[in-house]
Amino acid sequence: MIGAELLRVEGLTKHYGARIGCADVSFDLREGEVLAIVGESGSGKSTLLNCLSAQLEPSAGTITYLRGDGAALDVYGMSEPARRMLQRTDWAFVYQDARDGLRMSVSAGGNIGERMMAVGNRHYGAIRAEASGWLERVEIGTDRIDDRPSAFSGGMRQRLQIARALATKPRLVFMDEPTGGLDVSVQARLLDMIRALVGQYNLAVILVTHDLAVARLLSHRMMVMTKGHVVEQGLTDQVLDDPQHAYTQQLVSSILQT
Amino acid sequence: MTIRIKVEAVAKEFTLHAQGGVRLPVMSDASMEARGGECTALIGESGAGKSTLMRMIYGNYRTQAGRILIEHQGRSVDMASAEPHEVLEVRRLTLGYVTQFLRVIPRVPTLDVVAEPLLAVGTDIEAARERARALLTRLRVREALWPLSPLTFSGGEQQRVNIARGFAHEYPCLLLDEPTASLDAVNKETVVTMIEEAKARGVAVIGIFHDASVRERICEHQIDVTRFAPQSGAAA
Repeated sequence: MIGAELLRVEGLTKHYGARIGCADVSFDLREGEVLAIVGESGSGKSTLLNCLSAQLEPSAGTITYLRGDGAALDVYGMSEPARRMLQRTDWAFVYQDARDGLRMSVSAGGNIGERMMAVGNRHYGAIRAEASGWLERVEIGTDRIDDRPSAFSGGMRQRLQIARALATKPRLVFMDEPTGGLDVSVQARLLDMIRALVGQYNLAVILVTHDLAVARLLSHRMMVMTKGHVVEQGLTDQVLDDPQHAYTQQLVSSILQT
Repeated sequence: MTIRIKVEAVAKEFTLHAQGGVRLPVMSDASMEARGGECTALIGESGAGKSTLMRMIYGNYRTQAGRILIEHQGRSVDMASAEPHEVLEVRRLTLGYVTQFLRVIPRVPTLDVVAEPLLAVGTDIEAARERARALLTRLRVREALWPLSPLTFSGGEQQRVNIARGFAHEYPCLLLDEPTASLDAVNKETVVTMIEEAKARGVAVIGIFHDASVRERICEHQIDVTRFAPQSGAAA
């Protein structure tokens, strides 16, 4: 269910020298709300996601995170350690390539446990039990808890990455093409799982995708980007079914089916 | 009964950027209302704008002018200007919509597709599935199909799943776009009875029914949307 405001973004801009990464992006996000950022490669959507998730300092603009206790935090105004703490506790990031979000030389259970330990969990038995619960939730057999992700298929790795990201119960999750590069049937399973988990834990999600069908199935709202600018935003089905901007119309009409 | 949906002087035009930005006005000064316990049919030739108006009421199409007021939790929400999260709240609790198309995540079983709107309003999972089973049974969707995704079903089966989903939560307002289009006589009768029962509960229904006998049986009002067409010569 969509709740209170959680993120406020104002005038976010990133220049690479004279080149525009993203320009003057503003929006609000609420608890439980899934926002898709769509556009072709080079549209600036990944730059924007990196700025939003405090991994790439913007050239201008502010991001305010409204913590559960009511505190309003200026994401780029806080100290580096405080920002890292926020990324480990309230936030999580799911990468397109699971290898970027997992430690490939550590067991599946260890990957989940590690993130829990980073937020202060110390009891080995409790961590292992929790890791085991998360493996079940993402449909990985608990008999695989001691296997390394390097022995997993692409779809399993991605599910493990999601388990690792959600184990600390974040409020806000950033996802960069989470189903990209997977077989269609594996994609369907992952979409179903992401949607169920997002609903169950009432997560706010900012999702970057070039796949409009993924945006339609997962998101409540979407923003369309081209050449670093947001050209249209609104309710997902409205943007897809009644696109207003020339670029969105072209994008929607050039896909086979959504 | 009280007015639950009020459409006030709305206008709609499409701008076709692929054709040099040509503007296509399709509706102007359209007004209508729907009361609880009554069914209003939208009529007019194919292309006259029946589905367009229905999509505007649901907030699926944007509205260029006017207001679309829905009675929601004791207040009026204007779907034409509401924020996305407000539109979603109205859809979650107040306004149901049965389309001719089924859009679901692949892999989700039929039973859960039907139960989902109930889970969204806080019904516990067993009660939601129980209601879903009852609706699917009533609409003669074979039990063997319930654990499967409806994406592989025939057109008629998909439509019945869609109807079951649309009637799972008892919305105070219902939009029905050709709910009986691909159904046989027996299933059509069931759906018509379900609409009559909804009216008896006080639901405001707006529907598009190609079948004149269905309209005459369940609709108190018929609105010809042709009269909302912009006057000729308005296109630029």
